[in-house]
Amino acid sequence: MKLVFTTTGDNLDALLDPSFGRARNFLLFDLESGTSQVISNQQNLNAAQGAGIQAAQTIVKAGAGALVTGHCGPKAFRVLAAAGVKVYNTDAPTVAEALARYRAGQLTEAAAANVESHWA
Amino acid sequence: MIVTIASGKGGTGKTSLAVNLARTLERTRDTPVQLLDCDVEEPNAHLFLTGTPLGEETINIAVPDFNPDKCDACDKCVDFCQFNALASVGKTPLLFPELCHGCGGCMLVCPQDAIREKDYRIGVVKTARAGSITLKSGCLDIGVSLASTLVHALKERLEDGITTILDAPPGTACQAVATLRGSDFVVLVTEPTPFGLHDLTLAVDTVRALDLRFGVVINRVGVGDDRVQRYCAAEDIPILLEIPDDRRVAEAYSRGELIVDALPDYLAHFAQLWHNIAHHAALEVAA
Repeated sequence: MKLVFTTTGDNLDALLDPSFGRARNFLLFDLESGTSQVISNQQNLNAAQGAGIQAAQTIVKAGAGALVTGHCGPKAFRVLAAAGVKVYNTDAPTVAEALARYRAGQLTEAAAANVESHWA
Repeated sequence: MIVTIASGKGGTGKTSLAVNLARTLERTRDTPVQLLDCDVEEPNAHLFLTGTPLGEETINIAVPDFNPDKCDACDKCVDFCQFNALASVGKTPLLFPELCHGCGGCMLVCPQDAIREKDYRIGVVKTARAGSITLKSGCLDIGVSLASTLVHALKERLEDGITTILDAPPGTACQAVATLRGSDFVVLVTEPTPFGLHDLTLAVDTVRALDLRFGVVINRVGVGDDRVQRYCAAEDIPILLEIPDDRRVAEAYSRGELIVDALPDYLAHFAQLWHNIAHHAALEVAA
């Protein structure tokens, strides 16, 4: 399975970006092969609205099975749930730490968004 | 004639001016007046013009309704939507109606004819009658961002041939522009302060860009200085009325009363304001 981490950098040692919709980058990590790939979220950073929806579609198309991030709002969560992508919220400071916690089974799957919508 | 009461800065007295002007016309000219409260995010003219409610009309936009049997998940509609209101997850798109602007583009680009329209409520238009004044208020639902759309719906409901006053939203954003368009004359209300002048200049830029005729009312004269008067003189903008900083006006306002009802000496000032509006509207038409 492929995990997606939100990050401000481009490797496992980089900081975990607590935002999802307007995260700088997505780090796609393949649990089986241990390889990773960076997907830019640049086009969403200044989106007027719907950044979470777009970000969710981006990682669905990239083949993510799960998302590890700080916060995920209701619209993004709805898209991810429809696509069967699991969401894990964490306050881990780095991608590597978030990955370690995931592997140790310390992250629980989110049943709903953990922040309010920016609109309603 | 459609006269719009607008301002750059909020809280300068747009609504006070609009409701008192309406009452003045009713009392001095004996003609029906309609007042449209276009400040749809926080309408408040009804607090001052209390009357008999005549009805409430729901305002909807048309959002897409997908037929999953016809949709082949080509995502053309998702790619088309500029407002991210549609999401693709490999099957029939998900709709986020609160982001939809009701443009209908998704229906036009769908090659499978899989999209129909369905109603999505954005607010209401309330109508009330106070004497010979008809008040129509636009009320945007909480959480809805389509203020301009509701302003357009409200203005579609104005009756032709009746003297009309529009109470605009503050500022110079889309909903203010939507209110201003089509006006025969615009009254920009400001106060004699640095903030009042700064935001007045933004409002002046806006009405000039819209090629509308306009003049200025200075409210609470005495609290600041003469910078607004000097600006208007330099820009050749007519000052239609100066309202003094009068504690009695504030007291009437705090009780929800109209100035011209509570303080009869103000009736002549508002009558003069209407005279000035009519004069400048006609003057610039001729010129």
